[in-house]
Amino acid sequence: MDFSYDDEQDALREAVRGLVGKAYSDFEKRRQAVEDDPGFDEAQWQRMAEMGLLGLPFAEDDGGVGAGPVEIGIVCQELGRVIAPEPYLTSVVYAGGLVSAVGTAEQRQEVLGALSAGESVLAFAHDEPGRTWSATAEAVTATQDGDAWTLSGVKEPVPHGARADVLVVSAALPAGGTGLFLVAGGDAERTGYAAYDGTRAARVAFDGTTATPLGEPGLDVTASIATVQAITRVMAANQALGAMQFCLRATTEYLKSRKQFGVPLNTFQALNFRAADMYVSQELAQSIVDWATMVVEQAGSRGDQEALIDAARRASLQVSRSSRHIGQEAIQLHGGIAMTAEYSVGNVVAHLTVLDHLLGDGTHHLSELAGAVTGHADIDPLG
Amino acid sequence: MQLELSEEDRRFREEMREFFTTQVPQEVRDAVREGRELTADEIRTAQRALNAAGLAVPHWPVEWGGKDWTELQRHIWNEEMQRAFVPAPLAFNASMIGPVIAHFGTEEQKAEFLPKTANLDIWWSQGFSEPDAGSDLAGLRCSAVRDGDDWIVNGQKTWTTLGQYGDWIFTLVRTDPDVKKQAGISMLLIDMRSEGLEVRPIQLIDGGHEVNEVWFDDVRVPGANLVGDLNGGWTIAKFLLGNERVGVAPVGSTKRSLALVKERAKARIEGDPLVRARVAELENELLALELTALRVVAHSADGEPHPASSVLKLKGTELQQAVTELVLDLAGPGGLASGAVGEPTSGLEGWQQHAAPTYLNMRKASIYGGSNEIQRQIISRTILGL
Repeated sequence: MDFSYDDEQDALREAVRGLVGKAYSDFEKRRQAVEDDPGFDEAQWQRMAEMGLLGLPFAEDDGGVGAGPVEIGIVCQELGRVIAPEPYLTSVVYAGGLVSAVGTAEQRQEVLGALSAGESVLAFAHDEPGRTWSATAEAVTATQDGDAWTLSGVKEPVPHGARADVLVVSAALPAGGTGLFLVAGGDAERTGYAAYDGTRAARVAFDGTTATPLGEPGLDVTASIATVQAITRVMAANQALGAMQFCLRATTEYLKSRKQFGVPLNTFQALNFRAADMYVSQELAQSIVDWATMVVEQAGSRGDQEALIDAARRASLQVSRSSRHIGQEAIQLHGGIAMTAEYSVGNVVAHLTVLDHLLGDGTHHLSELAGAVTGHADIDPLG
Repeated sequence: MQLELSEEDRRFREEMREFFTTQVPQEVRDAVREGRELTADEIRTAQRALNAAGLAVPHWPVEWGGKDWTELQRHIWNEEMQRAFVPAPLAFNASMIGPVIAHFGTEEQKAEFLPKTANLDIWWSQGFSEPDAGSDLAGLRCSAVRDGDDWIVNGQKTWTTLGQYGDWIFTLVRTDPDVKKQAGISMLLIDMRSEGLEVRPIQLIDGGHEVNEVWFDDVRVPGANLVGDLNGGWTIAKFLLGNERVGVAPVGSTKRSLALVKERAKARIEGDPLVRARVAELENELLALELTALRVVAHSADGEPHPASSVLKLKGTELQQAVTELVLDLAGPGGLASGAVGEPTSGLEGWQQHAAPTYLNMRKASIYGGSNEIQRQIISRTILGL
């Protein structure tokens, strides 16, 4: 049982902090980066590739670096601290994670090699209008004609779907179950728009669109999708942790510097106590995020998918509670300034809100956990 | 970053589990499991079983019976003890005055008091709070005035938990009324059989008699019973309260309470999705708290408490209270039968009878050990710099 980082991990954090800090610690630069399409800085994406960040999770044979979940978590925390708009979570962790989990050796080398090198942006087209969070597809269907496959139906919202060079698409299989497919971005009909945190999403429509099965054709990969979703949840929680830490620090600095009634705001105990409660929320979130990240690591070596999915739900629930509390209080304690688009805090809260709803919010996860609550006596994090 | 316990810590945990589940009398553990009040003899029996195995005061210096354990091992010891429904060694002895005497006491005081304190041959009471000195402890007024080599103590202490069983009381007294309030306080050890000392019970809202007033009327105390420096009592009080705070996040026992009520009220929980959600939310919060405790113990280097330890007291007591609230709700109408404890004709289960008194009793948890508002003050000042 050890919650500390080793020297190499500390060095990675420093390097990433340097890279993203240079780009976005001045919040105005982040505003500019999301102003025009594709909603992030392509040059920064290249710099992330050069640092090896885009290939971090993938095997060396696939053109990646072969780092573990703790390292990916560090990167996500640092991206969250400055709400870097580059699609690391959705493109590398989520879509790339699916290719890594399901793709053939050839597909992994080709798709992940290009992703790692910064030559290609991936997106996972999965959510469908009218449905809630799920590991399956219904509205987009796959049709087989000999060795050829086509997809029809609509995916929305697809994070960075309009910019993506390659779409990983989930679709209902003719024989039942959900399969994954690769589609060239330009082959789908795409309508992009900005999300409320400045990042981009899209409606992506398929109409007899040619698609390549990812991995073994016709195989139901719902379980693999669920696993990669769980890993992505844990990394989203890491990213949210960085954003929460930013919010609390900004709030305490503001309470010390802002004056009203001729005195700094931290003269008022009512405000300080609310900041103290934010700290409690932040520490609880950090504890469970660190733990869930270690569970991902252990599940990777042991293949214990059930433990992984459970830990991801638990971290997501706590982070949902903590990030709403911290985000809402950060705005309230700042007052009107945090309502403005030009000030960082309100935007960080918007990003926290996106992360909270990316793969199931607190209520969604609580509902899952509540259904299983009588199935165990208690929770033992030490196993 | 490493999730698993080391092989050594795993073995340690198994040893602890084996000891607590086999070497402490079953009747005592059953009483804790039932939630009924322990008798003084049951508390002594349990502590002596631990002390005989060298497990009552592991955090004391080794020469006085301590173990040179890591913080994690201490945590495991504590969790396994709670897990097995073993009552913790009396806090006034093991966590409060024992470490104080070992740290500040004379050699004579150590030799006289520490072995008896570890074995609960002396039952200590705490004489800190006064009617006008609660969270503002330094405002205490109970006075000690020199008379030759002795001290003459006059005044009143209150909230003295289990003072009805006390043999001795460690007491903060005002020895200099003319200086800044923190600078005029000393600690005296007082024999509770002394003439002029009177213990008066305070009835509480749970119907029990847990705390007392202790009155001092010209109580004569030998000069040798002063602990540490004259007027150095505030330093000792801070040392003691710092130790107290570490032990007041009872994760293990709260987990046990929740696990027990899941078993006892299984049908109700299974039949009601809202109750299930409440249980699941509490379990998750307890998990986050337990992990925070593990982070804190893993990082409390050189005896300096991790800044997050105030989180443990604050959140730990909130969850402790929330679980007693859930248990009372799940007891349903049966919770009214608090007066039927030990009544053979009552058809209600023991846990239902104890549910309301426990709920009411545990309101104390966010008040004692540095109230939760004091914890927020510590967090906002010391950690956030506000």
